Amino acid sequence: MLAARKPRLAVFKFASCDGCQLSLLDAEGELLAVCERVDVAYFAEASSDLQPGPYDVALVEGSITTEHDAQRILEVRRSARYLITIGACATAGGIQALRNWGRINDWVGWAYPTPQYIDTLATSTPIAAHVHVDFELHGCPVNHHQLVEVLVAVAEGRTPRVPSHSVCLDCKRRGTVCHIVSKALPCLGPITQSGCGAICPAFDRGCYGCYGPSRPAHTEALLKQFTQLGIPRAPLVPLLRNFNAAAPEFQQASNQLAEPVR
Amino acid sequence: MSYSDVIEVPILTRVEGEGGVTIRIEGGSITAVQLRIFEPPRLFESLLRGRPLEDAPDITARICGICPVAYQMSSIHALEAALGVEITPEIRRFRRLLYCGEWIESHGLHMHLLHAPDFFGATSGIELVQRFPKEVQRGLQLKKFGNRLLEALGGRAIHPINVCVGGFHRWPKRDDLLKLIPDFQWGLEAAIAATQWVAGFDFPDFTTPCEFVSLNHADEYPMNAGDIVSTTGLRVPVTEYDTHFVEQHVPHSTALQAVRRVGHTPFLLGPLSRVNLNRDRLCEPARRVADEIGFETLCRNPYKAIIARGLELIHAYHEALSILQSDLPRGPAHIDYQPANGSGCAATEAPRGLLFHHYEINADGKLVTARIIPPTSQNQRQIEHDLHDRLTAQLAEGATREQLAGECERLVRTYDPCISCATHFLRIRWEDTP
Repeated sequence: MLAARKPRLAVFKFASCDGCQLSLLDAEGELLAVCERVDVAYFAEASSDLQPGPYDVALVEGSITTEHDAQRILEVRRSARYLITIGACATAGGIQALRNWGRINDWVGWAYPTPQYIDTLATSTPIAAHVHVDFELHGCPVNHHQLVEVLVAVAEGRTPRVPSHSVCLDCKRRGTVCHIVSKALPCLGPITQSGCGAICPAFDRGCYGCYGPSRPAHTEALLKQFTQLGIPRAPLVPLLRNFNAAAPEFQQASNQLAEPVR
Repeated sequence: MSYSDVIEVPILTRVEGEGGVTIRIEGGSITAVQLRIFEPPRLFESLLRGRPLEDAPDITARICGICPVAYQMSSIHALEAALGVEITPEIRRFRRLLYCGEWIESHGLHMHLLHAPDFFGATSGIELVQRFPKEVQRGLQLKKFGNRLLEALGGRAIHPINVCVGGFHRWPKRDDLLKLIPDFQWGLEAAIAATQWVAGFDFPDFTTPCEFVSLNHADEYPMNAGDIVSTTGLRVPVTEYDTHFVEQHVPHSTALQAVRRVGHTPFLLGPLSRVNLNRDRLCEPARRVADEIGFETLCRNPYKAIIARGLELIHAYHEALSILQSDLPRGPAHIDYQPANGSGCAATEAPRGLLFHHYEINADGKLVTARIIPPTSQNQRQIEHDLHDRLTAQLAEGATREQLAGECERLVRTYDPCISCATHFLRIRWEDTP
């Protein structure tokens, strides 16, 4: 479809840390090769040559936290044939979605002495809650090899090949001893999507779910296993409520855990 | 020159995050310049409340994808101060090694892909490649090895996962460190060549009257520790930050601006400040290059910050190499602690300057309050002052509106502002009163 010519790429930022688009610049060796396959038409962090749309592909980083951004994403959608979201903020609302559980007026008042200068929504929502998204790349931050695969797939006019199995399987491949089984350490590896390389277990700590829920994510089975191993429930709530707190599977599980035991 | 309309020019590119500049011209002269930051507030100080204190380094890292290690370092040092944790010299040494990785990655990126294009009228590092293939490729390679170091020690380059309150989750693997040595031997020489290259650029004639502020340590180039010092003679421990600096909230920004408490004067942080205040603590090769290129003892030209970044790039490669070549880490990778009610603060040197964190914790090991003052919000007021001076001089020389807009963008870029940190696409809004 797009293979006949170089696709025009645009990169847009909403509420985020910049880390996912930086992943593109971190592709160093592959960066120049990618630039030969796609026409980087709009990428404010990397180039002052900002060309107007329409674009073939829009990469969107960040979540929607202001009324202005809720309008801006509609314009981005209209400007792009394919819209691809990158990272936990864009796909799940990010760490800033913790506000969904708080009272926004209190939260703004705690951070800013003059809250009336601040214009923000009471929620942080993923891009797909506002517009149709063609492909979601997960991770906090995204894996730059996967990001390059997405761009190459776009240039070749095919669906990106990004695995959706769990981190658990990657530990087995790496030969990392299971922390849940051997140390009764809470680890979200069994319900978290692959992509990071299973680095946390390899560095002697439990997975904290920064790639979001795997497909499928058997959260109930994992929580039951944690209970059987005597892992306390309370610390599991903040563990599930971090960078992908508002991803439906994690949100449901943490809400269930936060309820008093009947 | 008389304008009667309000124009919004999309302008500040090649910076991290999105903000804007408003230039107000009345009666033919510039009366106000405002750096507007409209990056949506993410409310980190609020979302941290009630979280386990162990979460602070991983969560605050997400304030900035360019300098996550800085956030991890300032948060763990502040929490260790609150907990009374004493780390081992071994842990301290490897924290500096990790920080070297981030300085290399951040400075390598800014020098080659973000800042250098301005000296040649190029719009991006990619365009600059056509003209300087060897130099830009070398820059990308320099940056890459910084990332490899972050991966070896931190698990990954963006939002590393191996840092914890008390130390590291585990020591890096011997082979992962040793295999970096040849790359860092090349990197030290390449960093020297890169610095000599940027020192030869054609710099605009401009100086800032600002007060430079940075950390200063008795026997090392400042990263994780030191007193706060300045070019006007300030020398205070970090615990006295609030006595000397204060944050102000202005309507045009979602970032709080910091100023000196007395007189409400602005100040400047970052590589130029660090080099100006700590030149004698740079490694020998960096000092030698600084002398050879004739770098001023007190450099007041913000455009030359690219040279200061180069000198720090040399320093970071040199220090990282010496740590890689020394003994491998021994002893515990982290120190255990017992939570108690308390509070603590710390400042470390992020690539863009001093980053201050303050936390209150309780006996349950939870965060009660958090306060984070990033370098860009501290630099914001000084950037506005410098823009005012620079644009006024340009206007007097008959610069056109387009030239002023271009110069505005170039000068802002020299400070390597991290707008994601301070709290999106920079727009210049002209407000003219004929």
